[in-house]
Amino acid sequence: MSTVDFKSMNPITPAFAFSAEEQAEIEQAIHHYEHPRAALIDVLKIVQKYRRWVEDGAIPAIANSLGIAVADVEGVATFYNRIYRRPVGRHVIALCDSVSCFLTGFDLVHASLQQRLGIQSGETTADNRFTLLPVSCLGVCDHGPALMIDNTTHCPVTPGNLQRILEQYP
Amino acid sequence: MKTNVNLGMAAMSPETHPLTWRYSQAVGPVLDIGHYQDMEGYVALRRALQDMQPADIQQRVKDSKLRGRGGAGFPTGIKWSLVPMGPKAGQKYLICNADEMEPGTFKDRVLMENLPHQLIEAMIITAYALQTTKAFIFLRGEYGLAAARLNQAIGEVRVAGLLGTDILGTGFSLDLQVHTGAGRYICGEETALINSLEGRRANPRAKPPFPQILGAWGRPTNVNNVETLCHIPGIILRGAEWFKGLSCGKSPDSGTKLYGVSGRAWRTGLWELPIGTTARELLEVHAGGMAEGLELMCWLPGGASTDFLLPEHLDLAMDYDTIMKAGSRMGTGLMIVIDHQQNIVSVVRNLEEFMARESCGWCTPCREGLPWIVKVLKALERGQGETGDIEWLQGMTRHLGIGRTFCAHAPGAMEPLQSALKFFRQAFEKGISAIHPSDPPGQAS
Repeated sequence: MSTVDFKSMNPITPAFAFSAEEQAEIEQAIHHYEHPRAALIDVLKIVQKYRRWVEDGAIPAIANSLGIAVADVEGVATFYNRIYRRPVGRHVIALCDSVSCFLTGFDLVHASLQQRLGIQSGETTADNRFTLLPVSCLGVCDHGPALMIDNTTHCPVTPGNLQRILEQYP
Repeated sequence: MKTNVNLGMAAMSPETHPLTWRYSQAVGPVLDIGHYQDMEGYVALRRALQDMQPADIQQRVKDSKLRGRGGAGFPTGIKWSLVPMGPKAGQKYLICNADEMEPGTFKDRVLMENLPHQLIEAMIITAYALQTTKAFIFLRGEYGLAAARLNQAIGEVRVAGLLGTDILGTGFSLDLQVHTGAGRYICGEETALINSLEGRRANPRAKPPFPQILGAWGRPTNVNNVETLCHIPGIILRGAEWFKGLSCGKSPDSGTKLYGVSGRAWRTGLWELPIGTTARELLEVHAGGMAEGLELMCWLPGGASTDFLLPEHLDLAMDYDTIMKAGSRMGTGLMIVIDHQQNIVSVVRNLEEFMARESCGWCTPCREGLPWIVKVLKALERGQGETGDIEWLQGMTRHLGIGRTFCAHAPGAMEPLQSALKFFRQAFEKGISAIHPSDPPGQAS
């Protein structure tokens, strides 16, 4: 095990502090694993649950709570598709662009979504309601095209039923 | 999420459809532990823990000739036999690879969402066979329904005394935990999965040492796919010979396989069939052929990292060795059908974009080569390709091939590209611009 005292090396951004709820959940997550580092992805998800995204200031704070290097947290926090490092809207639309959906009408749905929302993939609507992102195969290939809003998968999606799906997310 | 399972098939029994008979007989998910136990649930677990030694179970699985259903087809019994046994082995881990993200693949999701107890029972038996006291289900983060149902089921099994400390009074204890990921295709590679579980970037590790010797947290770790594990209770209850007979002589491989069809077929879905069933039976009988007015141009046998095959290959048995001999791989066994209205260059571009985005970035050929390939394919798609692009792409299939990269990601990405260039060269040639700025004046090719 490392003997380096990462805590003294990690610069804390003074403006950032976990809320009481975050703190409690983070401690619980760490408790789930034998090695605190293993809780890192769970901790990033907890921060994101409360703030919608993981701001830069959270990185040293997370590093300190797990006793690992800031660089390691930054490395992990920039590696995974579902950890957001820029602000996102109230709802994240993850549109599957993998091959089965591509064969069954991804292009039409993509164009329709971009037109309805007035944004390109990777952007957020001006009213902060939706962020549109691509996602790899959602595992509902027999009912493509598919998209996931927050944690709910919708399929098959067509330009025709898109409006009704979006209405469920005010 | 509703998926068509075994659509159009006649009566199913545990003897013929060990993975899906409960779902088909119940006409829906079997979620509650009582319901599962009414349908032969946890009978195999009792038999394994009470009447069998770990070595007996390992031998039976080896005898069954079960091969890994995650895509590689490695014999499960041999994989298990690499795990150190005995009192000196120390802490070991069992991990279920439930990071299903292979494009066109939806079998593990169906198994976990609809039959969570089946996987849990399989994992307890496997953990006992390998004498591990800690097991994880590494589940992809997007599978929220599967996570909820598995966690609910794990709670029920604990209460029933079939999971936890001193299971059934045998002295064997097991802790089982669902770990949800944060989305990256490479997490499906077992050493990358272990890094991810440890809270690191999901870069693959060098092999050897294999995870069975040096895996999670430096301890022996066995990683098996969901579908592979779900076969274990049946093998315990009905034996290795029964399992071998399930292929009905269609293949030297044993057992049933969850096959699937996606793309523009008449009906898409999942079917549990004898391994070695032909692709033609799968597509024409079960999926009812292509959708109206469409013809089959080509197909991918089992995911984005398998070579295209043609309609003339439909009579091949869908098993590991037969598909390999035809120049492709069975992969996950869920075929993707590409109809004649599709532009093959666009389909290949889509596959390579996926691969480029999901490269972990660890080694140069993969990190730099895949985006470059996408750029060239996009130019060909727009009709702005340059003379020599096809030869350049062919060269890249070698530069990113086996032995040139750290793991199998880039070589896998080259499979659809090389086969598309071989079968559909003309389609790529059409993308080469007649007059290009780089051509000498008056020498338009």
